[in-house]
This record gives sequence, structure tokens and C-alpha cells, in this order.
Amino acid sequence: MVCSAMFSVAPRVLQFAVDDLYAGVTRGKVGRYAGLLLLIAGVAGYFRYHMRRIIISASRGIEYDLRNDFFAHLERLPLSFFQANRTGDLMSRATNDLSAVRMMIGPAVMYLANTIITAIVSLTLMFLVDVRLTLVALIPLPIVSITVNIFGRKIHKTFEQVQEKLSEMSAIAQESLTGVRVVRAYRQEDAETERFRQSNIDYLKHNRRLSRLQGAFFPTMGLFLGFSAMLALWLGSRDVISGRITVGELVAFNAYLAQLAWPMIAFGWVTNLLQRGTASWSRMLMVMDAEPGVRDEGPGLSALGSGPEGGEIRGEIEFRNLSFSYGDREVLSQISFSVKPGETVAVVGGTGAGKSTLVNLLPRLHNPPRGTVFIDGRDVRDIPLSELRGAIGFVPQEPFLFSDTLADNIAFGVPGVKAQHPERIAAAAAVAQLDKDIADFPEGFETMVGERGITLSGGQKQRTAIARAVVTDPRILILDDALSAVDTYTEEEILSRLRGVMRSRTAMLISHRISTVRDADQIVVLEGGRLVERGRHDDLIARGGYYAELYKKQLLEEELASS
Amino acid sequence: MSFHEEDVLGKAYDARLIRRLLGYLRPHKTYVAGALLALVGDAAFQLAPPYLVKIAIDRYIATGNLAGLNSIAAVYLGCLFAAFALEYSQTYLMQMIGQRIMFDMRMQIYKHLQRLDLKFYDRNPVGRLMTRVTTDVDVINDLFTSGVVAAFGDLFMLVGIMMTLVWMDWRLALVTFSVLPLILVLAQWFRTNVRESYRNVRTWIARINAFLNEHINGMSTVQLFRRETINFGRFDAINQKHRDANVHQIFFYAVFLPAVEFVAAIASALILWYGGGFVLSSSLSLGTLVAFLLYSGRFFRPISDMSEKFNTLQAAMASSERIFQLLDHTVEIVDRPSSIVHRPEGKPGHIVFDDVSFSYDKEPVLRNVSFEVKPGERVGIVGATGAGKSTLISLLLRFYDVTGGRILVDGVDIREMNLRELRSVFGLVLQDVHLFSGTIAGNIRLGNEEISEAQVRAAAKAVHADRFIDSLPGGYDAPVAERGATLSVGQKQLLSFARALAFDPAVLILDEATSSIDTETELLIRDALHVLMAGRTTLAIAHRLSTIQDMDKILVFHKGKLRESGSHQQLLAMRGIYYRLFQLQYKGREELNAATHRA
Repeated sequence: MVCSAMFSVAPRVLQFAVDDLYAGVTRGKVGRYAGLLLLIAGVAGYFRYHMRRIIISASRGIEYDLRNDFFAHLERLPLSFFQANRTGDLMSRATNDLSAVRMMIGPAVMYLANTIITAIVSLTLMFLVDVRLTLVALIPLPIVSITVNIFGRKIHKTFEQVQEKLSEMSAIAQESLTGVRVVRAYRQEDAETERFRQSNIDYLKHNRRLSRLQGAFFPTMGLFLGFSAMLALWLGSRDVISGRITVGELVAFNAYLAQLAWPMIAFGWVTNLLQRGTASWSRMLMVMDAEPGVRDEGPGLSALGSGPEGGEIRGEIEFRNLSFSYGDREVLSQISFSVKPGETVAVVGGTGAGKSTLVNLLPRLHNPPRGTVFIDGRDVRDIPLSELRGAIGFVPQEPFLFSDTLADNIAFGVPGVKAQHPERIAAAAAVAQLDKDIADFPEGFETMVGERGITLSGGQKQRTAIARAVVTDPRILILDDALSAVDTYTEEEILSRLRGVMRSRTAMLISHRISTVRDADQIVVLEGGRLVERGRHDDLIARGGYYAELYKKQLLEEELASS
Repeated sequence: MSFHEEDVLGKAYDARLIRRLLGYLRPHKTYVAGALLALVGDAAFQLAPPYLVKIAIDRYIATGNLAGLNSIAAVYLGCLFAAFALEYSQTYLMQMIGQRIMFDMRMQIYKHLQRLDLKFYDRNPVGRLMTRVTTDVDVINDLFTSGVVAAFGDLFMLVGIMMTLVWMDWRLALVTFSVLPLILVLAQWFRTNVRESYRNVRTWIARINAFLNEHINGMSTVQLFRRETINFGRFDAINQKHRDANVHQIFFYAVFLPAVEFVAAIASALILWYGGGFVLSSSLSLGTLVAFLLYSGRFFRPISDMSEKFNTLQAAMASSERIFQLLDHTVEIVDRPSSIVHRPEGKPGHIVFDDVSFSYDKEPVLRNVSFEVKPGERVGIVGATGAGKSTLISLLLRFYDVTGGRILVDGVDIREMNLRELRSVFGLVLQDVHLFSGTIAGNIRLGNEEISEAQVRAAAKAVHADRFIDSLPGGYDAPVAERGATLSVGQKQLLSFARALAFDPAVLILDEATSSIDTETELLIRDALHVLMAGRTTLAIAHRLSTIQDMDKILVFHKGKLRESGSHQQLLAMRGIYYRLFQLQYKGREELNAATHRA
């Protein structure tokens, strides 16, 4: 702030210098004025440097805190939140909106402070020169701020329309590129190009409106600021002639006006930043205020992620008259069955039968209604999340691997195991039949997964996910159709090894393959969210229902594959 | 989506790329000329005011000439308006040129994408192609909108100021220019450092975005494995690095901007010192001194501006490199110069596969396949997944070219045929129906204006799609949401039948078109299929034998080879793969039934 004040003093030096030159002085005095100018610039520059560093660094610090808070909050939100909000949308809140908020607290505040100080000092000094001249010259300036603000708002609005047009155009391109086979087969290349052209023209039109606004912005500024300067010169010169002010004062006055120009522009701009920032802030709050629906509910429960290792859980599971809906849509209806510790239960059924939902309720990816899902006789809603999830090894339908090394991906659930017990990682990889694949990778366990490394095949990803679950040594293992991309022979191998490791552990398997489920202690068949069949392989075959039909189909496919 | 790959910055200046980019200016020559003219004029008018101040001080204030002052004010006003008009036209024209170039580029990329081979699509995910069409083009446009071009325009101003200064007083002009080396060194220092730190900031923000994107997608895995605390720590670390990189970058701005102002102050001080001396010795007028001081204030802006715009230039180079790479990707499957628009004699729809082999990479997908389909014949294709059934169709439509042998349609090698002509022979119905946003009617006729409203309705009626269409609000004009989200699988299937029928192809290709549909719709569809197949050559891929039993011929594929062919009865008599398939499907059921009865 001092710097703005310092800078505003500079024209005053000019004033004295010019006046003295007009009257005629010694060379030494001129030299002193020149030196004074340098001194002022030096001091002002020094302060300006610190102001920028302090304010902008602070705003970066706040940005950092906000981003951390945002991510920490995301980590507490349940699966349903991520299903309801698209990734792109959340990303845009974490990036675009966050940066708008930062602009509001950083640069906006800096320029605002700058503007106010400069304006006060300049105006005071201008009034000292001549009140009448100041008032006349100032007339156009507020218009500048207002114009900046109005333009800013209009530009922003038009800009949003342009963005909308751009996303329409993107949608058309996306649609056409994904449907490339249909487009080619029906010879629609030209028609599609035409559709794109229309949308592109539409976009161009909106952009033209934006260009007109943006094109007018700075020239308009220049025009009004020019008016000010013109008035000051015209009337000021007359005042000099009539002896109201000196030539030096006229020059200084012009310099003050020039100094005021930028703050006036900045003022209008800052108000836009504030408007945008507040809008973005409210968009961010929509995420930050979202309720973490799944959380520890009982009294005196341990904090997330730091609870006991789940050693006490034995692995008895019971579903008691469980019904579950997403909104109005009921996906599970009156499901009841229980699994003894150490038992293996298989769940089969068509797409949309509710199999995945059923197993998602166990680790509380969704909250089941109270009194419907029990582990060891305890309602899962009353088990601390950390203890509950620590006891369950979950292999989802589409395994999600992180762009990290294979070893880190396997060790995901047991931090520290890589350093302390690397042999456990190798053992888990062997159970998942991943060891041979890993031996083929030039970098073995240290092979990067995903983006820049070797892209794994679907089967390798699934097997990595299995190793990841096995290494946590869970009491309950859940495989949600986790072997679909693995060939039958390897699957057989994995299952037999799992049986060894999982002896006395409970397992729930979802699968479409009879070979996977036929040896289960019990098989549960779901259809349209209801439990329709339950029993052992032979019983269900004899019953001749859904399971028997499935069995028949697969015999056929196997026969084909082996011929 | 990968955030990393798109964020690699290359050189800021690449003559080859610049030359190619400049080529896009050519169609808009008049605009460019206009913009340049406006730019020069604008600079001239903006240069006038300080000079007017000089005249006012020297000529009129000194003599107390009020009338002269009035005329100066009038000229001043005139300059203001002229500068306003010219600056506005200049910015507007510049932006329009940018917009038009974007338009041209987008059309060029898009047209090229519409021609590129399927092989290219296999290797490049749609998301990446979308980035080329949208973001990359926008980055190039930034050159025009964010004022890189305008900054070059400022150079005119710079030269103009320098010339005016020399003209007013060459001694004082030299004094003013003496600080130039200082400012150039400063700008160079700033540019090299900011480039480095800008790159650093970009890298970290890319890492943050990649991390966020990954964890939003994989959040349930994080939660299931109780990794919240650890992963938060990792995020925090990247976030910190990003903050530090930014704070580091601020240093350069914080030094550079005040330093430029300080150099400007040095210039002012020098002007005052020397100029003041000249004034005292009466070899310089006071007005000229004031004008010098005013000009020197405008002198340094263009230089600092250009240093800041450097990053935009760099990003634009990287984007144009990626765009040109795509545009330079050659199309392999094209019409040969000799390609013929052929008119078959007699009934069309005759297909011959002659010793056809094909492989996507090294692994052969089809091996020495030969068969013939006569006009009007109905052929079923059976085989397990991976047997090469879908590949047959891709080859027939020339999505890919055969790697061995040849395919004849109506007696002509398809590589000799005009592509559009070839594809107009077929009507394709895929298992995964692709709908376009638009209307129901639009999805039946697609972009083919030759298909009349009546034909659309007739086609829909023939395949029993009319019933559900009529029940939609708006009927044939009912909007279809993105990918037909509001329609059921069966309804989409019927729509695609109507589409195929409306195009009235000689050959119908069905790719596992009848799966996962409820019984009622299935009956509708089976009936619709009979309408569709009537009088056409038909190739149908199916898993269920029941749907193809009454076909004229059945081809049995196994592991890329054609193993058996013949009618249902012939194949059964052969006692091969088909026989076993059939046995399993039917005898299996009887056995099962028997077993359940016994139980």
C-alpha cells in the first residue's frame, strides 16, 4: 500500500521540475529532481515486489488449503454421490471453480487495495492542484468503471453461451466418432460433416458476438480515458494562461490522470472477479456441503482408516428380509439367507438382477436399511467402517488400478507391506496366477500400471485386483464377477489356490460361469431383485430352473471351444 | 482420460509449424490486410496526443492563444475517435480471423476423421480425437484472442515512438534509448525463468488433475481398502509442490513488473536530467521535454507484454503439432483412381470370398476363407466368440482391407469399387444400435434426404416400429436423447430395422441382432426380420441356432476358419461341429427334461 502512495508522489516531483524549468533554475536542482524520481521509483518498486509476493502467495496458500479440503471431503462421500455426479463435473469444480475462487481472494484483493490507495492519493493531490479542473476531468472516469463492469458481465454471459455451443458441437463430434461404423456403413460421412458444419457455424456466430463485445472493450476504455485527458489538457491549458495553475501543475495533473486510468479499469474488472468468484464458491460448496451418507454411526467409534485390523470378525453373514432401492427403483426385494463362517456362497443371475448391489451392501458402499444385513450377528450399520472394511477383501466387477507400480497396486490395502514383507505380495500374486505374467515384464513387480506403463490386459487387471484383496488377509472375500476376463483354465487354478488360502474364511462369488460356482457350499439365484433359487449345484440342476438353463448353455459353449 | 500426455510442451518457435499455420491465413487475405492497416493507423493516432501536448505548451500556452488551444482540443478529440474506430476494427478483425481459422481447422480435422481408417480408430480413443477437435484448436485461437498477435502489433507502436522521438530531438532520443539494453536483458531473464517455472507449474497441475481424476473414478476402491489417510497425504504432497511452484513463479513476476517500472523511471530521470539541461540552455522547448516524458511512459509496455505472451505461443505450437500429426495421418482405404461405379447385370447381391485371410496385427483372425453367397440367398453364420464372424462383415464393408485373397461383390473385387457404391449395397444392423441425437424420423432416414417422410413411415410400419413410435409424444418428430437413452433395447432394435429397410439395400447384414429382448418384442422382431429379409441377400450372425435354422445356407466358423457349410439338414448329416452344437442345444434340453422328470 505504501508503494501506491509513493508512486502517486512522483508526478509532484515532475510538477516542481517543470515549473522550475519554466522559470529557469540551476542544473543541480534539475539533477536533484531526477534523483528524487529514481528514489521514489526504487522505494515503490520494493514495496510493490513485496505486496505481490505476500498477497499472491497467500492466495496460493488458500488455494492449496481449499484443494486439500475438497479432496478430503470427496474421500468421505459414498458411492452414490459418485454415481450421481459425473467425473467431468466434479473435476471442473476442483479446477475451474477453484481457480475462480483463488482469483477472487488473490489478485482481486490486491488490485482492489491498489485501486483504493492510488485513487485516494491521486485525487487528493489533484484537488490540491485545482478543484474545478479535477471535477471536470473526473467526469468520464466513473463511466470507465461502470463500462468495465457492464462489459465484463455481458462478456461473461456471452462467453457462457459460447461455451454451451462448444459443448453442443463436441457432443455431435463425440456421437459421430463413437458411431463411426454406422456412419461409414450408411455412407453418412457427408451428412455428418454437414451437421458438424452447421453446429460449427452456430458456434462461430456466437463467437462473433463475443468478439464484438471484446473488441469494443479496450477501445471504449481508451476513448473515455482519452476524454479525461483531453478535458484536462484543454481546460488546464486555459487555466495556465489565465494564471490559475502553473505549467508544472498541468503536467503533474496529466500524470495523475494517467495513474488513475489503470485503477479505474481494474476496479470494474475486480467486481467481475468477485461476481465470478462467489458463483464458483457456491458451486464448490455444493460438493463441500454434501453429506457423507455412509459414516460411523455408533457411539465411541474409532476414526476412519485407523481402526483395528478386523481380526475379531469371524465371517458369518446374514441377510434378513433385505429390500433395497435406488430412489424409487427397487433393486432388491425381501432377500433372506445366511452364510456360515468359512462357507462359500455363489450368487448367479442375469444382468440387473441385483447381484452387485447385494455384495456392495456388505462393506457399506451403500448403506443397507438397519436390521437387514448382519455380520457375526452385528448389524453392519453398527460396525465401525474401518473394522468392517478391514475384514472384507473386495474384488469389484471392473477392477480399478492406480497408475502406480504393480507391487504398490497389490499392496494397496496394507501400507508398509512392501517394505516389511515383500514376500506376502509375491505370495498373493501367485495365488492370483499373476506371477508368470510378472516374470515376463522387464521390470517385474516394479512395472508401472496404466497411463505410461504397460497396459495390462483385462484378465491381468482382474488378477491384480484379486491379489490386492488376498494380501489384506480378509475374513470375508467378495469376488464380484471378478474372473470374467480370465480363461477357464486359469480360473480353475486361481479358485483352487484361493480355496487353500481361504480355508476357514467366508467367500461370496458372483459369476456367470457354472465352473466357478458349481463347488460352492450354496448357490443363490437372483432374478429381478428376488431370490428365486437356492441350494447346491446338483439340487438346482435337478430343479430345472434358471440355473439348469444356464448350465445347459454353457455346456454348449464349452463343447464349441474344445472342438 | 489421460491428463499427462496432453501437457507436454515443446519448442515455442518452430519455423515449419509457423509456416504451416500461416497458410491458414491465406483464405482470409482481405481481413488480414484490413487488420494490419487498422493496426498501423491505430498506432499513429495513439501516438498523436503527447505531441499535441507539446504543441499546446510550446505554441499556445506560451503565447496565451486560446483559439489555438480550442483547435488543439478539437484535433485531440478527432484523434480519440479515430483511434477508437481503428482499434475496434483491428481487434474485431483479428478475432474474426482467429474464429474463421478455427472454423476452417475444425472442418479440416473433422473431414479427415470422417475418412480415416477404422484401424486408426482402433488405436486412438475417441476422447483423444475429441481433444484435437476442441481443445487443441482453441489453444491456437488463443494466439488471436489473448493478444499475441496484438502484442506484435505493439511493435509497430514501439517503432513509431522511436521514430517520433528521433524526429523531435535526436540527442534526447539517444538518451532515452540508452536504457533499452537494460530492458532487453531484463525481458530475456524473465522469459527464460518464467518459461521454466511455467512448465513446472503446468506439470504439477497436470499431476493434480490426473490424481483427482483417478481418485474420483476409483474412490470406492480407496474407501474399501481404507486408504483415505494415506492417499490424502499423497495428494497433499502434490498439492504442496504445485503451490511451491506457483510461489516460485510469483517471484519472477514480482521482480519483473516493478523492475520494468524502475527502468522506465530511470528513463524519465535521464530525460529530465539531460532534457532539463537542454531546456536551460534553450536548445530544447519545454513542450518537447514533456512530450518525451509522456512517450517514454508508453515505451516499455510492448516489451513486457511480449514476454508475458510467450507461454501462449508455446502452448499453441504444441497443439498445432498434434493437430498436424493427425492431419498427416494417411488414409489407406481409399477409392482407387480406376475405381468403377458399377452396375450389375441381373439381380444384385452376389458375394464371393475367395481365399480371404486377415489379421489386425500379427495374430491371424481369418484364415483362407472361401465361400459364395448367391443373390437372394439367406446365409447364417455360426461360431463362438473370437471365431472371426464380425471381422467378415468389417471386411465386406471394407472397414479394413484383406491381408490375403479377395472379396467380390457382384463380380467385382471390392478394392476396385467406389467405396460409397460398395457400401450402398449393404444394410447393416448391429447388435449395439447406435442412435444419433435428433428425431425418430431423423434416425431412420439419417442424413439421406432422398428418403421421403412417407417412406420413413412405411419402413417403420413394415417392421412394426410404428406402434411404439405413435405412442411417443411427437410421434416421428419425437426427440431422441443422447444415444437413445429414453428408448428400450427392443425399441432401438426395431428402429435400426426400420433404418435398414428405408435404405432398401441389396444385401442385409445382421450382427447378432436378436439378443436380450423380452418375449413379446422378440416375436415382433422375428416377424420384422422376415419383412426385412424378403427379396434380399442376407448374412446373419447368430448365437442361437433356432434363428437361422431355416436359412438357405449356414456357415460354421471356428478359430478363424470356415469349417463347415451347407443347409441345416446337410450340416446335421455331416455330423461335425454343427451337429454337436445342435445336439447339445436340443438333445441337451430333452435330457435335462428327462432328468427333471425323474427327479
